[in-house]
Amino acid sequence: MIEIQGLYKSFGAAAGAVRAVEDVSLDICEGDVFGIVGYSGAGKSTLVRCINFLERPDAGTIRVKGFGAIRCEKGRAFYRPDAGGSWQALTEKHLKLLRQDMGMIFQHFNLLDRSTVFENVAYPLRYRGMTRGEIRSRVLELLDLVDLREKINAYPSELSGGQKQRVAIARALANNPRILLSDEATSALDPDATESILRLLKELNRKLNLTIVLITHEMAVVKAICSKVAVMEQGRVVEQGSVYRVFSEPQAAITRKFVDSSSGLGRIDKLIAEHAPVLSGSGTLIRLTYNKDCVGEALISEVSRRYGVNMNILLGSLELLQGSPLGGLIVLVEGDMEARRSAIACLCEHNVIVEVIEHG
Amino acid sequence: MAEWLASIMPNVVDYSEKFWSSCLATGQMFLIAGGFTLMFGSVFGVLLTAARPGGIMENRWVYTLVNTVTNIFRSIPFVILLIFLIPLTRAIVGTAIGVKGAIVPLVFGAVPFFTRQVEAALANVSPGKIEAASAMGSGKAGIILRVYLHEAVPDLIRAVTITAISLIGLTTMAGAVGAGGIGSFAINYGQNLHHQDIVNVCVLVLLVFVSVLQGLGNMLARRTTNHRLFQRKVETK
Repeated sequence: MIEIQGLYKSFGAAAGAVRAVEDVSLDICEGDVFGIVGYSGAGKSTLVRCINFLERPDAGTIRVKGFGAIRCEKGRAFYRPDAGGSWQALTEKHLKLLRQDMGMIFQHFNLLDRSTVFENVAYPLRYRGMTRGEIRSRVLELLDLVDLREKINAYPSELSGGQKQRVAIARALANNPRILLSDEATSALDPDATESILRLLKELNRKLNLTIVLITHEMAVVKAICSKVAVMEQGRVVEQGSVYRVFSEPQAAITRKFVDSSSGLGRIDKLIAEHAPVLSGSGTLIRLTYNKDCVGEALISEVSRRYGVNMNILLGSLELLQGSPLGGLIVLVEGDMEARRSAIACLCEHNVIVEVIEHG
Repeated sequence: MAEWLASIMPNVVDYSEKFWSSCLATGQMFLIAGGFTLMFGSVFGVLLTAARPGGIMENRWVYTLVNTVTNIFRSIPFVILLIFLIPLTRAIVGTAIGVKGAIVPLVFGAVPFFTRQVEAALANVSPGKIEAASAMGSGKAGIILRVYLHEAVPDLIRAVTITAISLIGLTTMAGAVGAGGIGSFAINYGQNLHHQDIVNVCVLVLLVFVSVLQGLGNMLARRTTNHRLFQRKVETK
């Protein structure tokens, strides 16, 4: 659906330029809910703005199915239709076409404060040759989609954050785009509103086969609705893959940090740093990750019994990702060294991923 | 009534014809110069906003030109500007005196002021709204008319109010150099002939006019904040 290759974007003069996006390549498939996570300043906002050309990339190619491809080099941009043909200079007209195929929602909603809900949703429909009646029925249809029909004459100042974001979603979908770009759309919302917006996005993804590219700094959002995820750090994509793969076997250090902070297992580092009393006994501190193949088994007690070791569970988490369970435990194994080693080996045999955090 | 008026402001009644024609002259200067100011100031304000670095139609030359000219005319005191522009005024309207002769310097005096006000009002429109409009495929004209000018209406109304009030001040100054109007009436008939009641009445007239303008401006600005002035309700059935 969206294919990004070798994308670069920097800001400022050559010498002190900030490299916001560096050599990013992504392949976003039709129907994906594709998450891009990273801390602030990682370049994720710039990356998503390059997709609909709110920011013009310095170099790279972006191919959008049904629209064509845009190639940038040395600050110049060229366009080629899907059907092929030669590269031509990119014009405003091409950008309009591209943007009609891509809705976008924002952290701060960006609704027109002096316009009613109706006028906001009708904004992209006006001056496109539609009659008043057609616009009205399309707006009503969109408001039904986001369940906000009764607010049609309200002003944004009279709506809650979640309702404002619903209006923004309706507006973004007005031209029947096949892609929705979401820039921290839930970051300014309370937990309840966040959940309802995420549920709505998932529903739209299923109902309209809408491809969603979603930027966030919250792993919880990724866990809730994404099918694939890319992790960004300093302008680069350091890791990407299916959400389950990334969560169960994070490769890059930053991914691990994100995953740990979202599961709560990251707290062990803090406990170690603070010399918490629970860690004072002698033993091996290990971290176990259970994937879908072994969550169901009562391994801990079995291993404990068989090898005569004490398994002291300090932290634990279990979550459902894309319908598959993923568990994690931080365990302090106490007993003689040989028994500990055998116990760990046994866990490995049962497909549990074991990492030794500390020997004591 | 007439007797009572004659008792409290005898000289105004004596010169009533002159008084009314002065009011009319001030009104004319205010409306005509105001109209031009509104027109040019809006255009220049929009130009500054659109052409500024990072604006939607970034253009260094246009921005620098408008910005510099605005700064220059903003920094010349109006009384000096009046004299300085006499040759230009003659060239444009054929005379440098009377209502006609006052319009040109008034416009030159008020446009830079209003331009800055418009620029400030438009700068208050959050960049996010501009970005959202671009993302929806809105063109430059659409962004200026449907986002910038639409969202900034309350601030623009405040800008118009402030400019209108300062324009009244300018018209009285123009009176000092032979433009006629309430300003010159107060000086020539009030101050120079020692008719204090004429000065008082002129102050009162200006006070009332300014208060009405300010009140009207405040009301409209309040009513247009987060709201349209006239809302069309859409039926959901």
